[in-house]
Amino acid sequence: MAPRPPVDYIERTKSLYSSLGHRPYAWVSNTGDYPWQPIRKALGASKLGVVASGGIYRHGQVAFHHKDDVSYRRIPVNTPIAELRTTHFAYDLSAARKDPNAVLPLDALNNLVASARIRALASNALTFMGGIYSSRKVRDVLAPAIVAEMQKEAVDLALLIPV
Amino acid sequence: MGLIARALEAAGIATVCLSSARSITESVGVPRAVYLDYPLGQTAGRAHDFAEQASVLESACRGFEDIRQPGSIVDLKLQWSADDDWKDVVMRPSPPHDGKTLPTEHQRLAGDQRTARHATPQYQHPADADAADPECTSCVFLAPDEQASS
Repeated sequence: MAPRPPVDYIERTKSLYSSLGHRPYAWVSNTGDYPWQPIRKALGASKLGVVASGGIYRHGQVAFHHKDDVSYRRIPVNTPIAELRTTHFAYDLSAARKDPNAVLPLDALNNLVASARIRALASNALTFMGGIYSSRKVRDVLAPAIVAEMQKEAVDLALLIPV
Repeated sequence: MGLIARALEAAGIATVCLSSARSITESVGVPRAVYLDYPLGQTAGRAHDFAEQASVLESACRGFEDIRQPGSIVDLKLQWSADDDWKDVVMRPSPPHDGKTLPTEHQRLAGDQRTARHATPQYQHPADADAADPECTSCVFLAPDEQASS
């Protein structure tokens, strides 16, 4: 059967939350204006950083709390998948808990290096818990910290994996 | 995540953002995006499907190489299920459930699925709480108000 159009999550959250008596969430809107960094090197010569927002932590780390947590975790990219955990208040965690690669694909990322598709990965993936309702906190606090981490790792490119 | 993509690009780091929420990606204004039309929760491909996860990452690599137009969204040709019925129920009011049988996929996806927003760490397993290092040096806690005013 032919695929149907994508789910419009903005429309659905607006109508579902207002049916529950909540104020509609004000989604960020930047349409038509994009910061843009062209690619400088071939991928095979590039170092890739990874950021994932699925509430992923490693056994031994402090988990995220569910109230606009703007903290993040450094997850070494050689962490065994069995040591990854997920916590989140707003998405169905069943796939991520069966196989954390569904939200932080460390196995396939390491394979990009093994197959020489990219030169290297940043030593740590950075993870946080999305669904932060304050876009100001993301813009003013979390984003600059992630940029600083990526600059410290001297990455050329960054792959972002929201949920 | 789109806001982080924009901050990285502005700082000179090219990004590709995976997405399973096309309207949000469009609204935030993501420089390069690769869209997987699946229910939220497996943005990098199905659980235990290494080949599919690798193919999603290969599409992300091609996104870096091929996207020239800022704001482009590449649509992956993967379909979650033959009928796409899951799209009818996500974030729509829940169908009734008798509380005795296991919920169907539809009952699991429908309605307001958010859990209460506790301000204490929410561990997947109780054993994780016991193992957590309170001095965790790989956990970075940012102080929103201090940072914002400095």
